[in-house]
Amino acid sequence: MTKVLDIPKVNAKNMTEKEFFYGHKACAGCGGSIAVRLALKVLGERTYSALPAGCMSAVGFIYPQMAFNSNAIITTFPGSASMAAGIAAGAKALGQEDFKTVVFAGDGGTADIGFQALSGMIDRNDDVLYICYDNEAYMNTGIQKSGLTPYGTKTTTTPAGQNIPGTVTHKKNLFEIIAAHDIQYAATASIGYPQDFLNKVNKAKHVKGASFIHVYASCPTGWGTPTETSVEIAKDAVDCGLIFLAEYEDGEYKLNRNPKEFRSVEDYLKKQGRFKHMSDADIQCVIENRDKKWERMRKNWL
Amino acid sequence: MSRPKHTEYQIPQHINDYPTGPQYDAGFLPEKNAGWRTFKPVVNHDECIYCLRCYLLCPDGTIMKDNGKIKIDMDYCKGCGVCAHECPKDAIAMEKE
Repeated sequence: MTKVLDIPKVNAKNMTEKEFFYGHKACAGCGGSIAVRLALKVLGERTYSALPAGCMSAVGFIYPQMAFNSNAIITTFPGSASMAAGIAAGAKALGQEDFKTVVFAGDGGTADIGFQALSGMIDRNDDVLYICYDNEAYMNTGIQKSGLTPYGTKTTTTPAGQNIPGTVTHKKNLFEIIAAHDIQYAATASIGYPQDFLNKVNKAKHVKGASFIHVYASCPTGWGTPTETSVEIAKDAVDCGLIFLAEYEDGEYKLNRNPKEFRSVEDYLKKQGRFKHMSDADIQCVIENRDKKWERMRKNWL
Repeated sequence: MSRPKHTEYQIPQHINDYPTGPQYDAGFLPEKNAGWRTFKPVVNHDECIYCLRCYLLCPDGTIMKDNGKIKIDMDYCKGCGVCAHECPKDAIAMEKE
């Protein structure tokens, strides 16, 4: 792997002026489209994108509008990682050099439906960057619960009422599951910290082999937040400790952000329509789970 | 050319005009998104310090650099207001169309 210090940094001032995800039909203020747009700008023109069913393929390919300005294809829902592996192998067989293959999959397409293909891709160490934009439910089909939906979320398949407080399970530890494959490079990011996300994509671009980025991307439609607060809410999630920024490299975990004090979880939850119904006991449950996770991370990763 | 341009769409006139496979190049944009907008961003260039935070965070990539100033492509701006909300100098105001 190229040394980190040798990679030129990409930021808003020096990144390419070209737009590779333009004129798409995503909802106003969509967090997922910020993640896709920034990642494609870092990866550049010579990029093959593979997208399973999900928001970004639904809004990017509305016939005849072709919002992707570089090579892109819609894959089967469970097979995005294997198709990307095929694209990478095909391009290599054709003698192409200096290209990157990338997958943009949602949380359902990564943690639930596309998981076996992803696991196989990492196992074979195919030269693919897999980016999971996590908006915490199947938003494209109308807000159903996925494996990455956090505790207490109101979705159409886990409605909040007298019997259950919305979703009753906690988020899967996706980052640690991926890291357990002993992948070359894995990271978590949030669109609330865009420079951190750019750096991680840039690092993954220079990895020869499988790499994975889990980026937290807000969804105003599914979360019940005003469109202009998309980035703010993704930043709040990191500041209150429910989302962490970490990397896994050379067999070592690294915690990028270890705040001394967390911002209020309640403030973060009450800003969103999907958590409005939560009682104090439910919020306490979320905080306890967060503290348990951070205790483990601080003990093992620092 | 930094971004794809709006292109006219020819409605198929005959059965032979209909596509049988990949039909258009990447970046073929027959439709605009301007009709989605209720509020439009207006930039105060005196206040703007060109930090490019709006450029970085626009979900639609409609903000472009134009000789040291920012410029917004109003054909594809959806009026979400992220640029105005994130601006550290409050140099962007959202005004009703």
